[in-house]
Amino acid sequence: MSLSISLTVNGVAREVALDDPRVTLLDLLRERLDLTGTKKGCDRGQCGACTVLVDGRRINSCLALAVSYDGADVLTIEGLAQGDVLHPVQAAFIAHDGLQCGFCTPGQIMSAIGLIQEGQAGNDPERVREGMSGNLCRCGAYAGITDAVLDAQRSRTELDRKHAA
Amino acid sequence: MKTFDYVRPTTIPEAVAAASEPGAAYLAAGTNLLDLMKGGITGPSRLVDVTRLPGLDRIEHLAGGGVRIGALVRNADLAHDPDFAPRFPAVAEALLSGASAQLRNAATVGGNLLQRTRCAYFYDAASACNKRIPGAGCEARGGDTRLHAILGWSESCIATNPSDFCVPLAALDAVVEIEGKARPREVPLESFHRLPGETPEHESALEPGELIVAVRLPAEAAAFSAHARYLKVRERTSYAFAVVSAAAALRIEGDTIIEARIALGGVALKPWRARAAEAMLVGAGPDETAFRRAAEAALADAKPSGDNRFKIELARRIVTRALTLAAAGAPARLPALPASPFALLPGVLHA
Amino acid sequence: MPEIALTQAPAHLRHGSNIGQPLTRRDGILKVTGAARYAADNHPPGMLYAVLAVSSIARGRVTFLDVPAAKAHPCVVEVMTPANKPRLAQDPDAKTNPFMFRLDLLQNDHVRYANQPIAVVIARTLEAATEGAVLLSPRYETEPSRIGLDASESFIPSGVGVGNPAEMHRGDVAAGLEQASRRIEATYETVAQYHNAMEPHAIVAAWDGDTLSIDTPSQGLAMAQGRVAGLFGIPPEKIHIRSPFLGGGFGSKGFIAGPQVLGIMAARLVGRPVKLVLRREQMFGPVGHRAPTRQTLRLGTDRDGALMAIDHHTKTASSTFDDFFEPASDASHTLYASPAIATSHEAVRIDTGTPLFMRAPGEATGSIALESAIDEMAHACGMDPLAFRLKNYAEVEPISGKPFSSKALRDCYAQGAEHFGWARRTLAPRQMRDQAGLLVGWGVGTATFPAIMFQAQARAVIRNDGTGVMEIGAHDMGQGAWTALAQIAADGLGLDIDQVEFRSGTSDLPDAGIAGGSSHTATAGMAIHAAGADVIAKLADLATGDGRSPLFGAANAGVIARDGRLFRRDDESRSESYAAILARAGRAQIEGRGSSATDPVSQSSYAMHAHGAVFAEVKVDPELGQIRVSRLVGAFAAGRVINPRLVRSQYYGGMIWGVSFALHEHAVMDPRSGRPMNPNLGEYHVPVNADVPSLEAILVDESDPYVNALGIKGVGEIGVTGTAGAVANAVWHATGTRVRQFPITLDRLIEPAR
Repeated sequence: MSLSISLTVNGVAREVALDDPRVTLLDLLRERLDLTGTKKGCDRGQCGACTVLVDGRRINSCLALAVSYDGADVLTIEGLAQGDVLHPVQAAFIAHDGLQCGFCTPGQIMSAIGLIQEGQAGNDPERVREGMSGNLCRCGAYAGITDAVLDAQRSRTELDRKHAA
Repeated sequence: MKTFDYVRPTTIPEAVAAASEPGAAYLAAGTNLLDLMKGGITGPSRLVDVTRLPGLDRIEHLAGGGVRIGALVRNADLAHDPDFAPRFPAVAEALLSGASAQLRNAATVGGNLLQRTRCAYFYDAASACNKRIPGAGCEARGGDTRLHAILGWSESCIATNPSDFCVPLAALDAVVEIEGKARPREVPLESFHRLPGETPEHESALEPGELIVAVRLPAEAAAFSAHARYLKVRERTSYAFAVVSAAAALRIEGDTIIEARIALGGVALKPWRARAAEAMLVGAGPDETAFRRAAEAALADAKPSGDNRFKIELARRIVTRALTLAAAGAPARLPALPASPFALLPGVLHA
Repeated sequence: MPEIALTQAPAHLRHGSNIGQPLTRRDGILKVTGAARYAADNHPPGMLYAVLAVSSIARGRVTFLDVPAAKAHPCVVEVMTPANKPRLAQDPDAKTNPFMFRLDLLQNDHVRYANQPIAVVIARTLEAATEGAVLLSPRYETEPSRIGLDASESFIPSGVGVGNPAEMHRGDVAAGLEQASRRIEATYETVAQYHNAMEPHAIVAAWDGDTLSIDTPSQGLAMAQGRVAGLFGIPPEKIHIRSPFLGGGFGSKGFIAGPQVLGIMAARLVGRPVKLVLRREQMFGPVGHRAPTRQTLRLGTDRDGALMAIDHHTKTASSTFDDFFEPASDASHTLYASPAIATSHEAVRIDTGTPLFMRAPGEATGSIALESAIDEMAHACGMDPLAFRLKNYAEVEPISGKPFSSKALRDCYAQGAEHFGWARRTLAPRQMRDQAGLLVGWGVGTATFPAIMFQAQARAVIRNDGTGVMEIGAHDMGQGAWTALAQIAADGLGLDIDQVEFRSGTSDLPDAGIAGGSSHTATAGMAIHAAGADVIAKLADLATGDGRSPLFGAANAGVIARDGRLFRRDDESRSESYAAILARAGRAQIEGRGSSATDPVSQSSYAMHAHGAVFAEVKVDPELGQIRVSRLVGAFAAGRVINPRLVRSQYYGGMIWGVSFALHEHAVMDPRSGRPMNPNLGEYHVPVNADVPSLEAILVDESDPYVNALGIKGVGEIGVTGTAGAVANAVWHATGTRVRQFPITLDRLIEPAR
C-alpha cells in the first residue's frame, strides 16, 4: 500500500506523500505542512495542546497516526478565522483572558469548538469544566477559559434561536 | 518508535491473515497503542489498521433489550447514544468518566478492552517487568506501590487494569465477540482479561491474530437500568485513572433486592466481579447494613501488594457507596461530573 | 530622577491614562489564531532534528552506546557523544557566579542524575532522530543512587535561594518557647515538583560562521546570551536570540539549560540548523525542579495567643554537583510578629538534577508549612485562625524590624473574609456539611512575596509622524508583559497605546534583566518609564528652547506629555504636538534611554513585600477521601496595578498552583534507581479545569511610594503562597485530620494512621 494520503486541511484538499508510516497527524501538521499553530505539549494524549477537529470531532492529533487518517477532514487553529474576523470562540478567549502563555490556547480553542458542537454541556459551567478537562493549562487560565466557552455557547444559542425564528 | 509495515485491510479475513504473523498488531484509534509505541513499551513490526473494516462501527439494539456494540464504535458515541445510556446508565457513566473528551472521541470499544496497565514500572522501559519481558522480574515490587493491585495479584505482577468501561461490562455479563482464523467465538468479558499468575505477559483471551469484533450486553443487563451506577475515586476531579472504582447494579422489587451485580476497578489486573457479595444481597433490603456486609465480602480475599493497604478499605467503602447510589436510582441525566463523588445527589450521603 | 526634575510631580500622575486600564492582551490575536510563533515552530531551510538520549540511571558511567545502530537507521545523519562533541571554550562545570549553573554537555561519560543527556541523535526527520536515540541502547556501570532527604550526610549550606544566609535569628527563640504558655511542634514534608511548562524546552539553532541565531524560550535573554557566548567563546553580539513567546517558564527557563546548549552544539557539529525539543519525560531532570523539604516548626504563644517564638528549620536537597537550596524557612521572616524568630536550613546532596527557582521558590514551600503550623497553633489556642493571624499581625518586618514600604494586609484579610463569608465558619473541625453530605472545610492562609527589582535598560524613540517606539529585551511567558509594558511605554511617551510600537523579546534589544522573582513589570517598567522620561525631556528641550514654539521659555515651569503633545504645566492652553516639534527641528526622530535599578536608600530603610489573604473551601467525601477545592477567594495588595485584567489572571494562576502544591504535584522517585516514575502529565498531576470551579481574586488598593516611582510590586508568584496553606487548612477543617505530608492525598484521609 502506498503511503500517499489525501487530507482536507482547513478546507483545502491536499495530497500528502508520507515517506514514513510513523508520522503522527500532529507531526505531519507541524513539521511537514507548516501548520505550527497546533502544539505539542506531551505527545502522549495527556495534555490536549494538540487538539484538532477531525471530521468535526475533537481528538488528540499526537495519538493519531497520519496514514490512518487518509481521507479525513482536518480543521486546525489556523482554519478558524475568516480573514481578520475571529471565530466567536477565539474572540471570547481574548475577551475573557482565557489564555496566558498561549501555548495550550490553540488546543483549548479547538476543544471548546468541539465541545460546543457536541452539544452536551450547554450553559452548565460544571459540564463545561468537565468537558474542557482534557486540556491542561499550566498558567491556570481555567476561569477565563470556562467563561469564554460559556459566552461563545450563549452567542451560538442566540444565533440558533434567531435562525429558528 | 520502531518502524513498521502498515497495512489497511478491507475485510475481516484479510485483517486476521495480516495480523496472524508474529510481531503484528491491530491498530484502531491508537490512543493506547501509539502511546506504548512512543514509550518503547511495545514495538510491533506491522500495524494492521482495522478502522476501515466494514460493519464494526454500529450499535445494534437487539430484540429483547440487549445491545451489540461494534468494536470500532467510539467511546463517546456509545456513551451519548440516546438509546444506550438510558438502558445501561452505569456503562455510559463509566465511559464518560474515563480519559478526556478528545480521547473518548477517538478511542474504540475494542481498544478499550485491550488497553494496558498504567503500572509505572510497565511504562518505564528501564524497569524490569514480567509483562514486557517474561521472566525479567517485577520491579514494582519494592518500588512505589501505592496504587497497585489488592486482588488477584501474583509475585510476578501486581499491576491493575485501567479500564473504566470494562467494570460495568463485567458486572453486566457482557460478552466479547471474537473472530480469528478459526470460527468466530465468544468470551464472557469477565474471563476476557487474565489474572497475572505466573504468566502476566498473557493479558487476554485473544489468540494471535484474533480480533474483537463486538461487545454484547445481554437483555438481562438492561433489567438493571433503573438502579445502576458507576463510581470512581480519583486524585484529580477529572482526567485521571481510578484509584478504585465500582459498578453496582440492582434489581429491586418492593423493598427487596432480587438481583445484584458488583464489579470493582483499579483493584486487580482485570475488572473484578464480586459474585459472593452479589449473592449476599439477594433477598436483602437495599440498606446500609446489607451493603456493608456485601462490601466486606467483596474484599474478603484482598491483600496489599505493597504500600497500598488503604485501597482495601477504600474499595469496601466504594462498594457500599456505589450500592447506595444504585439503590437511590440512576439519574435521568448523567451528572456533570460522571462517576465522581462530587456528583452526589442531595441527601444520598448520611454518614 | 530626571522625570521628577521635569515635572515636580509623582511620575505616574503625569502622562496619559494607559496604566490601570484593563486592556485585553495585545498578543491575544496571535495566540488565538495559532500565529504566535514559539521556538519549536521555526523551521529554517535545511534544518535537521535533534533528539536527546538520556540516562536511565541516576549515578554511574555510560559504558556503551550503539552509535552504529543509530547511524544505520534511515535518515539519521549524526550522533553526538562525548567522543565527537564540538569543543567548548569553557568548562560547563566552571562556576564564576552563583547563577552560573553547571550544565551536562557531554563532556565525559559520567552520569549524575536520571534523565541526564548522554547523547544527541541528529536526523532528517523527527521520527528517525527519536528512534535513533532509542537505538543507542546505552549500557552503564551503575553505582547506588542516593535519593531522598536521608540519603547522605547533611550540612549547612553557605547560602540559600539567591544567597540569603542559611541561618538567621532575632531574639531568643529558646527562651521564647520556654516561657510560652502554649507550644506546638510539627514536621511537614514537601516533595519534588517539576515546572512542567506546557511548552517543553526547545531550541532552533543556526550557525553562520561564528554568528549564531537562536530561537528558544528565555526568561533572561541577556544572561542566556552571555552564557552561550562564554561556552562557545564568541562575543555576545554575535549571538541573536529570539524569544517572542514563551509557552510558560515558571523559573525553568530563567537560565539557558543544558539541552538548549546541546542543540547549539549539534548545529555546530553538523553545520546545519538544528531543532531540539525536549520530550515531556526529559523535562524531569536537566531543566530544574523544586527540591523536596522536611520542615520542622516550633511555635509558642502567651496566654492570649500572641506569638513568643517561631523556629523554622528546613532540610532540603541539592544535586551532588551544584548548589541550589530551597529557602523554605525564610517564609517565617516576614509574616507574623514574634519577639523571637529563628530560621535555619540544612541540606543533603542527592543524585538528581540541580533544583532551581520554581514559581515562588522558598515562599511556596515554606508558606504551606508555616501556614499549617500557624493554623495548628491557632487551634491549640482555641482561636479562630483569622483572628489568630490578626492578633499576630506584623506592623514591622519581624526579622529585620524595618517598617514596611506599604502593607495593606489588614484590608486583604477584611475584604477576603467578607467576600468569602468567613464569619460563618465553625471553630471546630468536621462540623460543616453540604446538602449532599460532603464534609466542608474552610481555611485561610496569608500570602506574601518580596517586591524586588533587577537592573534593566530601555530605549525610547519619538518619530516625526508623532508615533513612538519603545525597545526593551523583555520576556512574556504569559504574564502579559507585551501588554502591561506597552501600557507603561505609552504613558511614558505620552501617547495612546496604539501610537506606540513596542519592540521586545530579542537579545539585541536593551537588557531587561530576568523575568523572575515577580520583578519583571517593575524592573522593565521602570526602565521603560525612565526611557520615556528621557526622550520627553529631550523633546521638551527642543521645544522650550525654540522661540517659534508655543512652549518657548517653559523650561522652568516644566511640561506635561499627553496625547502626543507637550503642554506647559502652568498653562495647558499652550501646547505643541511631538510631530510639529520634530518637524520644525528638522529631526526624523529623537531618542532617549533609561535604566532601572533598586533604590538603595529605600531598600535599606523599608521592607518591601506584596501581601494577600487567601480563603479556601474544600469538600471532602467523608468515606472516600476525595478532595475538591470548591471555592477560592484571594485578596491581594501589590501596589500599583498596571492592568487589572492581567493581574487577576496572574493571581488565578498562582492560586491554582497553590491548589496543585497542596493536593496534586508529586514527582515519584523510585527509591532504588533514582528515576522519576511518573515523568508524564497523565500521572504527574497538575489541576485540570474541573479542579478549580470557583476562583475570585480581589485587587486591594495599595499605594507604595517607596518600591519604585511607578509603585509596582510583583503579582506573578504571590498567589501560590497563602493558597497552598489555605487549602491544607481547609482539609483539616473539613476532616479533623491534619495531614503534614504534601501533597495531601486521599489515602491519608482513609487511613490517617498510615
